[in-house]
Amino acid sequence: MLILEDISFSAQTETGRKEILNHINLEIDDGFSVITGPNGGGKSTLAKIIAGLYRPTSGKIYFNGVDITDLDITGRARAGISYAFQQPVRFKGITVKDLITLASGKDIGVTEACAYLSEVGLCARDYINREVNASLSGGELKRIEIATVLARGTGFTVFDEPEAGIDLWSFNNLIAAFEKMRAETRGTILIISHQERILNIADRIIVIANGQVEKTGDKGQILPGLFCDGQTCSVMKNKK
Amino acid sequence: MLDLNQIDLNLLETIAGISEVPSGAFNIRANGASAGRASSENVEITPKIDKPGIDIRIKPGTFGETIYIPVVVTQDGLQDTVYNDFYIGEAADVVIVAGCGIHNSGCSESRHDGIHAFHLEKNAKVKYVEKHYGESTGEGTNVMNPTTLVYMAKNSYLEMETVQIKGVDSTDRITKAELDEGATLIVGEKIMTHGVQHAGTDFTVDLNGKGSSANIVSRSVAKDRSTQVFVSNIRGNNLCHGHSECDAIVMDEAVVSAIPQIVANSVDASLIHEAAIGKIAGEQLEKLMTLGLSEKEAEEQIINGFLK
Repeated sequence: MLILEDISFSAQTETGRKEILNHINLEIDDGFSVITGPNGGGKSTLAKIIAGLYRPTSGKIYFNGVDITDLDITGRARAGISYAFQQPVRFKGITVKDLITLASGKDIGVTEACAYLSEVGLCARDYINREVNASLSGGELKRIEIATVLARGTGFTVFDEPEAGIDLWSFNNLIAAFEKMRAETRGTILIISHQERILNIADRIIVIANGQVEKTGDKGQILPGLFCDGQTCSVMKNKK
Repeated sequence: MLDLNQIDLNLLETIAGISEVPSGAFNIRANGASAGRASSENVEITPKIDKPGIDIRIKPGTFGETIYIPVVVTQDGLQDTVYNDFYIGEAADVVIVAGCGIHNSGCSESRHDGIHAFHLEKNAKVKYVEKHYGESTGEGTNVMNPTTLVYMAKNSYLEMETVQIKGVDSTDRITKAELDEGATLIVGEKIMTHGVQHAGTDFTVDLNGKGSSANIVSRSVAKDRSTQVFVSNIRGNNLCHGHSECDAIVMDEAVVSAIPQIVANSVDASLIHEAAIGKIAGEQLEKLMTLGLSEKEAEEQIINGFLK
């Protein structure tokens, strides 16, 4: 379980200091949680704070009862937190197999590395020796990114907008991969997403807007109202 | 057996990957003299009479042979200059493994300057692999200044893989190539410098023949207070294609210069140069750290991958 206690984060902008997250209190239990909400609401910032890429301005983070606020990225990773980047990072010379091997933390063979690629719908033999560089498409990089966190096999994984930048065909594979993870993983999966199909497989939905937790609850409670609160829906209501 | 001690053998393993006497043609030079030499049916190696060095003559049509010509220097203070000329016969297809290893246990400069000339006949194909490595247990410095001259006849092909990873205090590499019709030159250079080392590399390529092409790719990492200078000049003198790329990671207080030049002496020449110098991207470090690597481990992996 991950507890975020009174987490705030502010950043310097051209027009002065801006509050991105404002006193967030959240408990993220085992299972499949999805954070959603409008763009610019602070979702990705929260994911980066959990993974240690950003330090909160104030507040505490507890992971399985341990205060991890002062742990850096490596410390969080070694404590059992994985993070899938929204924009996967490219490397010159590092191959897909290298990256999956580093992620697994041991010298895995080609067969095992290929198994992770197959899970995200990539034909392993076409990719295993390719460099993780600009020759790969956005969708391919995204799926390789997800394969690296699968290879880590940690108890807590954060995915920052896994659907961003991938085509519909890749997206179907992605949903299948998440459904499989949901069925097999005993730990916590936290996904930042706008996608209804991802929200549909959530146990729990957290809505973040304007740097605050707007609402949180089981999918059954949150999902029905989620797409009717927007402007389009109110227009349709008025037409009635 | 060869008259080599354990240090020589370790160096040979590092630079040429050989742990026993090669089965085909070879020449091993140790401390300025030949420590072993053999010719094969298709490859004749003979010592030069007028100056130090050897002539390597490869018969036309020779296929699949690997020729080893490594150099080791373990006598500190030795200044060794050697001239090796390769004559690769028509349509031969061979691999040449060179390389130089210096073990310096004294306080003087040990130096090896290899001047290699490659003469490729029509349709000849060569893969040339060269590793440079140095180690010092004293205060002596290791210097290697290779000069490579390449003359390529019609439709010949030369691929050069050169690597300098460790322990070479100063190097100035000069490569000059002249290409006839349809000839192809591919160069992949990897250099890492640290401490106060210096590496200079200078390519001059003349694309003289119609349909000739050259692709020069240099990747380097400069650490500590080391300095690197990359110079390339590709001259397109006919319908041809030339590409050079200098890609460097700069760290600490190191200094890297890239001085590219491309000259189109023909309206049909197509020439490109790319150069990128910068520190390791922060997001690359962050990604590997999210996989559980420390910042230092992440840095090592990024560099290892970059120079692989």
